[in-house]
Amino acid sequence: MSISLPPANENTSNSLQPTGWLRFISFSLDHKVIGLQYLVCGFLFYLIGGVLAGAIRIELLSPISDFLARDVYNQVLTLHGTIMIFLWIVPVVNGAFGNYLIPFYVGARDMAFPRLNAVAFWMIPPAGLMLITSYFINGAAQSGWTAYPPLSITTPAAGQIVWIVSVLLLGGSSIFGGINFIATILKLRRPGLKLMQLPMYCWAMLGTSILVVLSTPVLAGTLILLSFDIVAHTGFFNPALGGNVIVYQHLFWFYSHPAVYIMVLPAFGLVSEILPVHCRKPLFGYTTMVYSIMGIVVLGLVVWAHHMFTSGTPPWMRLFFTIATSFIAVPTGIKFFNWVATLWGGRISLNSAILFSCGFIVNFVLGGITGVALAQVPFDIHVHDTYFVVAHFHYIVYGGSVFVIFSSIYHWYPKFTGKMLDEKLGIIHFALTFIGFNLCFAPQHWLGLNGMPRRVAEYDPQFTLVNQISSVGALLMAISTLPFLWNILYSFIKGEKAGNNPWQALTPEWLTTSPPPVENWPGEAPLVTKPYGYGANHSNENNPPITQA
Amino acid sequence: MTTLPSTKEKSEELTSSDHQHSDHRLFGLITFLVADGMTFAGFFAAYLTYKSVNPLLPDAIYELELPLPTLNTILLLVSSATFHKAGKSLEAANSKQCQRWLLITAGLGIAFLISQMVEYFTLPFGLTDNLYASTFYALTGFHGLHVTLGSIMILIVWWQARSPGGRITNVNNFPLEAAEIYWHFVDGIWVILFIILYLL
Repeated sequence: MSISLPPANENTSNSLQPTGWLRFISFSLDHKVIGLQYLVCGFLFYLIGGVLAGAIRIELLSPISDFLARDVYNQVLTLHGTIMIFLWIVPVVNGAFGNYLIPFYVGARDMAFPRLNAVAFWMIPPAGLMLITSYFINGAAQSGWTAYPPLSITTPAAGQIVWIVSVLLLGGSSIFGGINFIATILKLRRPGLKLMQLPMYCWAMLGTSILVVLSTPVLAGTLILLSFDIVAHTGFFNPALGGNVIVYQHLFWFYSHPAVYIMVLPAFGLVSEILPVHCRKPLFGYTTMVYSIMGIVVLGLVVWAHHMFTSGTPPWMRLFFTIATSFIAVPTGIKFFNWVATLWGGRISLNSAILFSCGFIVNFVLGGITGVALAQVPFDIHVHDTYFVVAHFHYIVYGGSVFVIFSSIYHWYPKFTGKMLDEKLGIIHFALTFIGFNLCFAPQHWLGLNGMPRRVAEYDPQFTLVNQISSVGALLMAISTLPFLWNILYSFIKGEKAGNNPWQALTPEWLTTSPPPVENWPGEAPLVTKPYGYGANHSNENNPPITQA
Repeated sequence: MTTLPSTKEKSEELTSSDHQHSDHRLFGLITFLVADGMTFAGFFAAYLTYKSVNPLLPDAIYELELPLPTLNTILLLVSSATFHKAGKSLEAANSKQCQRWLLITAGLGIAFLISQMVEYFTLPFGLTDNLYASTFYALTGFHGLHVTLGSIMILIVWWQARSPGGRITNVNNFPLEAAEIYWHFVDGIWVILFIILYLL
């Protein structure tokens, strides 16, 4: 609870903020600084998570456990999942781009609660460092990112407790962020700007934040109960003491299924911003996009038990969750066709940003199709806990969200830094990532269908060759990071000057300098009522797409 | 929290920029309480599931008495009313009376906590005795934590509502308003908890 200060004081508190690069390691209240803090911090964790993924793929080159000891493999696997989800994708698609773009899109100078925003960011680095150092001290958690009991109760307690505390911190950060986004989008809109005129990313973030606020607290409560089971030896989830593991699974998936949408809905929003700019056409089906997002939010909250078809789930529950899950294909399909229709007949400039976005569309439709397949009980029982699930999941979160993160970096880097990225390196990065990703994960569908269980360091020798192919794909993905890293570092110093609006985009973040000034616009915030009014001069409309207020 | 220059345009519609200002914070607070309520919802769902599928083990002891929790319910409901009175007094710029009501509210909150302690010490089961005992302590404990935080908040508001010298006045009444909404929320949760844990 903070006591409000008179406005005069607040302006001075703003000028007390450090300037220059020091801003980026300070408790800055500027939404753009916080956004970039999220992005850089998330990317560093992505590199760590990537090294862990590399260790997993090296171990799986051979069917015996030779590179990593079995318990180390379990720790590496748990850290990989936790880092990639809670420290890379969730903070970057929500925190980084959300903080940077949402105030521009609603025509505000900052987020609704700048201080809460900074607090939310600064909860992340300690949580991440704690999680990683637990590996070097007493061993990290070994029970996967799901931390299912009784496994999480019987594996060494120290690592598991650190895992719980750091996920609680990250969850808290996520909730604070969600509250901030909802308040900013609904309450800070510039006068004259209607909800249905907002860029699509605002809708995606509104939907995501609703999911965050409704579901993350349930995970927090569950993890607190789990920590009681570990520390105080209560029996909430311990069958030996009369408890019930299924209750954990229900509570866990009540958060963790929406978590998939928390990772992918913002990506939908970002793609909807990028495609129209680079193919010079309005976003197809704006209204249906909005309703699809809200449909996904509602359905996303009532499908969690499709993760539990083999957990003794009663038939009526299987039926309900199969039907609800299959329904999600409808709004998702609408979005897919809208993106294709946006591209259709456009003047596409084939640059790195749109390549990654198109890569997303391709990967996501593949991951979506296997998702519908997995929603069907008979099929799910067959491939449950196999590499098929691993493949499906990575097609959604890597092929989906991570491709969009890269696409967004190529699209907004000129805004962040005022410099252009090198297109040749960008296209090499895309080619390596796209080929490497599909080589790594497409064969895993086959592995899963043939019964290779996931999360185990050792496997049946008949799967050796396909695992090696998958590891080669992973190597390509690792190599693909190098041109990207070189590109962002080199372009920062020696890149071509971008100017304020290199893509000639119409959304409000481009109607200011690159990088933007502290309060976003030198003068008043522009009123952008047609964020996708591309090609407007070819139509009969005489209204210019941008009206400066 | 920073006032944004762009919101100044909006605030023309309203009487004062202060009002506009607190509006966002109240909205943020209510969003937070929705999230907090979901934590309780998760706990209640877990408890109700246990009740329907996990019978009490034969030799386990789990018995609750009604008198003390009923008294607790009354304490909290009365405290909600007294807090409301405090808010009304502040609106009427009567800070002496406002402080008096706040002190009564905090007293009722602390009385609730003491009474809860008494209940804890007289119950025939401990935290780890069985599933229902654990769930009971987790739920009431988590709620008790909320009451503790709320009581501290009320005492801070009480101190800041002093006149002269306090920062809470009938113009800047957001902290009192926020603490009041929070307190009503905690009381509401208690009523649900009382029905689910003691009456069902």
